[in-house]
Amino acid sequence: MSMDYRDYILDHYRNPRNYGKLENASAHAEDSNPLCGDQLGIDLLVEGDNVTQVRFKGRGCAISQASASMLSEMIEGRPVEEVVKLGKEDILDALGIPISPARTKCAFLCLRVLHRSLALAGLEKPQDDNDEDEE
Amino acid sequence: MITSDKVTNTGTRSVADIRKDFPILSREVHGKPLVYLDSTASSQKPSVVIDAMSTYYETYHANVHRGVYEISEEATAAMERARVKVARFINARHSKQVIFTRNTTESINLVAYSWGSTNIAAGDLILLTEMEHHSNLVPWQMLAQRTGARLEFIPITDDGLLQLDVYQQLLQQQPKLVAFTHMSNVLGTINPAQEMIAQAHAVGAIVLLDAAQSVPHLPVDVQALDVDFLCFSAHKMLGPTGIGILYGKRALLEAMPPYMGGGDMIRQVGLRESTWNDLPWKFEAGTPSIAEAIGLGAAVDYLHAIGMENALQHEQQITRYALEQLQAVPGLTIYGPDASRRGGIISFTLGDIHPHDLASILDQQAGVAVRAGHHCAQPLMERLGLAATARASFYVYTTEEEIDILVQGLHKAIQIFNL
Repeated sequence: MSMDYRDYILDHYRNPRNYGKLENASAHAEDSNPLCGDQLGIDLLVEGDNVTQVRFKGRGCAISQASASMLSEMIEGRPVEEVVKLGKEDILDALGIPISPARTKCAFLCLRVLHRSLALAGLEKPQDDNDEDEE
Repeated sequence: MITSDKVTNTGTRSVADIRKDFPILSREVHGKPLVYLDSTASSQKPSVVIDAMSTYYETYHANVHRGVYEISEEATAAMERARVKVARFINARHSKQVIFTRNTTESINLVAYSWGSTNIAAGDLILLTEMEHHSNLVPWQMLAQRTGARLEFIPITDDGLLQLDVYQQLLQQQPKLVAFTHMSNVLGTINPAQEMIAQAHAVGAIVLLDAAQSVPHLPVDVQALDVDFLCFSAHKMLGPTGIGILYGKRALLEAMPPYMGGGDMIRQVGLRESTWNDLPWKFEAGTPSIAEAIGLGAAVDYLHAIGMENALQHEQQITRYALEQLQAVPGLTIYGPDASRRGGIISFTLGDIHPHDLASILDQQAGVAVRAGHHCAQPLMERLGLAATARASFYVYTTEEEIDILVQGLHKAIQIFNL
């Protein structure tokens, strides 16, 4: 499987959207990949039924950071009930390139942090945080 | 297959000739010849090692130290021969001083538990360095937590050398133990072990040397070093995974309590108490890694035939060549000391390309296997102000042509990332 670093991925890596922190966040979580050290924190502001603002901050490879940046664009302004349903397919669709098995943890770190933040804020059921076997 | 026309020699044999002994080196990845530059993580295995293990399983597999029948005696003899080979390889006085463990990590943990539990008390000082692998850091943190001992660290300079003047000052605090790496797995720094050990002994400290990277790559003589404990792994020196070595001075090992209890490590067992077997079996509870010991013996024979001076010379030549070629790559930063102070390990970063992305590109575009990450040395990475590096490492089978392929791969990465 060959991974292809498309220009839009490099653009999200170098110019991450929604980068930073929220002072008044209603949901927050952070996590890292112990093996490679990618780090990520996500802040959400939920007003009414919608996620009105999102910021993320992290460091790591292009795949992990671009995924987080793309995910942030999917989230902002959307109803919480849609955001809780975001999953691996959404990330893979956004990346638009095949992700080698060793790199799926990089791509999906942002999802794990997103759902953890929602669970901590009581907006979704806590998910089993155990790593799934690689497909 | 890499068939270099740039002739380099390892002793009497050409590298091209040596490569023929390693079946894996003729495979391809992503349609390109495999360029394996991650021997620091684990080396590849020559056929003689693989065959020695297969022959054991196919023709004389039995448990050791128990059977009175022919094949068990053969297996026992083969395993104990391997122990003698290892002892000679590091110039131990006696093979009883060579204890088989699972890996370097277990060897260090054995010392931390067994020696540590009887020799370290609250307030005692354990002296480490800022460049340790987690395996020579965490066991001491755990020992310190159990006993209330203190940890201090020899700092490093910006180019990755130990600050030996600070070491002198720290020795004045009379540490009970000094534990440090012989060769850094990140920076390649070869530490002046002999001098440091003598200085530690002068203040009454015991010294443990993490030799995971040194025994595979340079001549190591435990008597010349006068080291108290030496720890290394077979799989980094052309041998199999699953077997490591603890060498110790005999008086220290004799005085230490067992680490694990079970079969093989006992002399006499009662329901309420037991007496311990002699060295080395006192520390080898349960059925050992028999095939792996035999494979390790074959690996030692193989390295001995090449000659460790020759291995070192070849790797230094490759390292000098690689440093020259890498320095010419725009945007590339190399970490660690100059060629005269390092073994065949080069950590680097390239522009703003994250090392994981770089490793992916090198793999897919050039068939080059390098390591990316913190290399199990997070405090060192923090000291260097880095989250991760890419690391290329070399061995007896590495060619200059492979370095050229690495450099071509780096140029490809520069192109992909528009650096």
